[in-house]
Amino acid sequence: MNVHFSNPGAAPVLQRPLVRIVIVGHVDHGKSTLIGRLLHETGSLPDGKLENLKAVSARRGMPFEWSFLLDALQTERDQGITIDTSQIRFRTSSRDIVLIHAPGHTEFLRNMITGAAQADAAILIIDAAEGVREQTRRHGYLLHLLGVRQVAVVVNKMDRVDYDAARFAEIETEITGYLAGLGVVATAVIPISARNGDGVSLRTDAIGWYAGPTVLEALDHFIPAPPPQNLTLRLPVQAVYKFDERRIIAGRIETGRVAVGDEIAIMPGNKRAVVKSIEEWPVPNESQVPRDASAGQSVGITLDRELFVERGHIVSLASSPAAAGRSLRVRVFWLHQAPLAVGTKLIVRIGTAESRGVVSAIDKAVDPGALENIANVAIATNNVGEVEIALSQPLAADPHTLNPLTGRVVLELDGRIAGGSLLLALHESDVRQAEPETIAAVAKLRAPAVVRDLAARAAELAPRFASLSPVERLVQFRNDVDGRITFTTSFGIEDQALLHMIQKSGIDVDVVTLDTGRLFPETYDLWAETERHFGRRIRAVYPRHDELEPLVARRGINGFYDSREARTACCFVRKVEPLNRALKDAQGWITGLRADQSANRQRMDVVTAEADRNLLKLSPLFDWSRDQVVEFAKTNGVPVNPLHDKGFISIGCAPCTRAIRPGEPERAGRWWWEDETKKECGLHNRG
Amino acid sequence: MDRLDDLEAQSVFILREAFARLKKVALLWSLGKDSNVMIWLAHKAFFGRVPFPVMHVDTGKKFAEMYAFRERYAKEWNLDLIVEHCPPIETTDPTLPPAARYAARKTEGLKLARAKHGFDGVITGIRRDEEPTRAKERVFSPRGAEGIWDVRDQPPEFWNHFNASPPQGAHLRVHPILHWTEADIWAYTRRENIPIIPLYLSQNGKRYRSLGDADITSPIASDASTIDEIITELDATKVPERSGRAMDHESEDAFERLRTAGYL
Ligand SMILES: Nc1nc2c(ncn2[C@@H]2O[C@H](COP(=O)(O)OP(=O)(O)OP(=O)(O)O)[C@@H](O)[C@H]2O)c(=O)[nH]1
Ligand code: SF4
Ligand SMILES: [Mg+2]
Repeated sequence: MNVHFSNPGAAPVLQRPLVRIVIVGHVDHGKSTLIGRLLHETGSLPDGKLENLKAVSARRGMPFEWSFLLDALQTERDQGITIDTSQIRFRTSSRDIVLIHAPGHTEFLRNMITGAAQADAAILIIDAAEGVREQTRRHGYLLHLLGVRQVAVVVNKMDRVDYDAARFAEIETEITGYLAGLGVVATAVIPISARNGDGVSLRTDAIGWYAGPTVLEALDHFIPAPPPQNLTLRLPVQAVYKFDERRIIAGRIETGRVAVGDEIAIMPGNKRAVVKSIEEWPVPNESQVPRDASAGQSVGITLDRELFVERGHIVSLASSPAAAGRSLRVRVFWLHQAPLAVGTKLIVRIGTAESRGVVSAIDKAVDPGALENIANVAIATNNVGEVEIALSQPLAADPHTLNPLTGRVVLELDGRIAGGSLLLALHESDVRQAEPETIAAVAKLRAPAVVRDLAARAAELAPRFASLSPVERLVQFRNDVDGRITFTTSFGIEDQALLHMIQKSGIDVDVVTLDTGRLFPETYDLWAETERHFGRRIRAVYPRHDELEPLVARRGINGFYDSREARTACCFVRKVEPLNRALKDAQGWITGLRADQSANRQRMDVVTAEADRNLLKLSPLFDWSRDQVVEFAKTNGVPVNPLHDKGFISIGCAPCTRAIRPGEPERAGRWWWEDETKKECGLHNRG
Repeated sequence: MDRLDDLEAQSVFILREAFARLKKVALLWSLGKDSNVMIWLAHKAFFGRVPFPVMHVDTGKKFAEMYAFRERYAKEWNLDLIVEHCPPIETTDPTLPPAARYAARKTEGLKLARAKHGFDGVITGIRRDEEPTRAKERVFSPRGAEGIWDVRDQPPEFWNHFNASPPQGAHLRVHPILHWTEADIWAYTRRENIPIIPLYLSQNGKRYRSLGDADITSPIASDASTIDEIITELDATKVPERSGRAMDHESEDAFERLRTAGYL
């Protein structure tokens, strides 16, 4: 449905950003009413609509119902609930908005998902009298799985609680806490009465105590999700056409770019060819023949040689092919009436590919509405969980942390879409312990060649992050960075505190340590204890034997004491090069650096651009003191290295770390034989 | 990519999905602005060739300009054109309001044509912004054996994955321009220079916004005699597009009833 209103001074239609916003929340909390109100207050209703709604309400013996605007089906009006999703357009002074209207009733969750999956941003609505309810939580959880990153919360029906600021604050605390746990930071929490018109486009006297944005202002801050051009090329093949002498591979580019002359790999199978042309209709004249194409475009390409290519294959750059495998681990949301159980046979769809599959294991089953873990036998309708699926034929894909688009897996049962999921891992075969191999395969994926304006990005993020707490920084960083985020830990107390925060907030982060081979025995013990404590494996990256062996042969096992040059050579082989590999595919890097750790590090910021590595670096604890970290670790029962108690503050390799005396600068304990100003080890380059 | 590129890319993707996943599809060509855009998009999707039949379900009541347009562009665009005729009005349910009977006639014509050719998919040019029940449509919308749309039980559809395996006896409606608006259609028609029937342009202060059967479709007052002027006019109007279509307005649920019974 479309509504228009004239808006003098608005930008021409096609240049205005178009943002898709879904309104979700528990049944009857006022989604439909809010939409009606928004359209009314912005003068967006078509001629005759208001009179029509009045007549329709009156005919049903009801007071005026805004919800009838979108609840157009007879059964919806008769029952007073929304059954299916719909969309309506309107326009604010700065942008065009597609409002996606979704049902709140649990029976129609599949329709809510149909709507929400198309959204760039969401408004989660909560009835002030009823507070956070089952579908509030479920919808919040699903937004995250669906990839909707921008969320504003609206506390509606404030008139029912006499516009009580304390009640508002109570709900605000509960919902922001819940969302933060999912890795979502609400952009605003707004008290409104959709029925009376408080807080929708006006900050009325009734909510005079509230200083934040109105709903309309919050909408104006949402931005369209950009097409992921910065990720590496993924072009799922829809079909190969041979209508004439050309053999055209057709599909829509999910991420990245492709150009004539690129060497590409067809996955699965890893067959190589070079892109010969990009085809177009009408056939352009010579000078306008396209040379490249990027994410979001539907294209056709031809290759320099005949390869077997078919629907379902993924075209990627030869330098960073997609992964392929026969066994998937996914985080799923399940919509079918029959529960998803071990042995359930499905059709698995990734991009344009499909394969038969069978559920081989169920690891976690969660009811996101009740916040309960359920016995790991089956995933019931509208619940979520983690499952392993064995496929009858290999499919190409990427873990969703590396590519949010080719990391989406759809499950079909009885010829009907029955669930959606995010790919956590992809194995060659049905081996559940294949973790390291998977990681190795995944490590082949290369990040984009150049991220433009990385520095500008960091400069923009840093001030925003400055006012946040470390946990909020982590969550926000996860929201702002597409693709993999790697956290490098050396098991120092800062790193331990950070790992605790990462685990608590549930954000998706790759945790890596560099094993130089020269660590303290205590550090290895702590490593093992940390894995037990948090219930997760920490990925270890080792020096290359073909570099380390000649180095030790040349300099001796403790050659690093001889000169600064020998020391940096050792650090390079044992730490820097492995770090480069660890971060190769990362778009974001989390470190435990604090600004007051050494003279050098005082020039750091909370978010910095690492141009060489082409990533953004986050140091969530940059403004914490040592004491704050110690205090945090203690109150949260985080395991720490016993060496800290023996005067070791900054712990690295055993031969190169010593205890410091009270009053000495923290990093005086590292490479104590060298000048304080030159002590960076090369891990944290700057300048 | 600007907004039109984006709309185009999504529609091309949908058309290719329909062609790849269904056995036998036809594109419904009503000769109006929306279906002309669809045919144009099909040329883009398949690099200059529309690889499936284009079907006009003819009520015999269209404007003369429309028939002239059909003959000319079927040839020019090299279309595999199928024309099927609707059964007489007397065969429709006499309890329906008058304009709705016209629609019912078209629904019946479509049903017979589909059965005759054995299409398992029919591509149509409806858009969400036209009307509230169309706003609830899926891109791939399953229809029961009698062409019935079960609005209470639509399947989930997300992340560009469509339900393309309807149960035995059922078929699919495919909607490649569901996400476009009337203004988008005009902006794209202008950008791509797509031919249109001149009835859309103002003559003597009147023009058609939507073209149905000649005897139940009325023009609007308008001075927009070029596509640019239409775009400017739409930017300011608050009058719904289908206000000139009698069948939508005969009762609160008139259009919903038509659509669940199989109307577009
Ligand atoms: N007092 C009061 N009532 C409201 C307010 N907003 C909505 N309501 C009423 O709450 C009821 C439910 O509103 P809807 O807008 O239909 O709720 P919904 O969230 O769309 O419901 P579903 O779509 O069925 O999940 C209606 O009777 C509304 O009139 C408000 O601000 N104050
Ligand atoms: S810290 Fe010491 S042992 Fe570790 S790599 Fe550097 S010089 Fe070698
Ligand atoms: Mg509703």
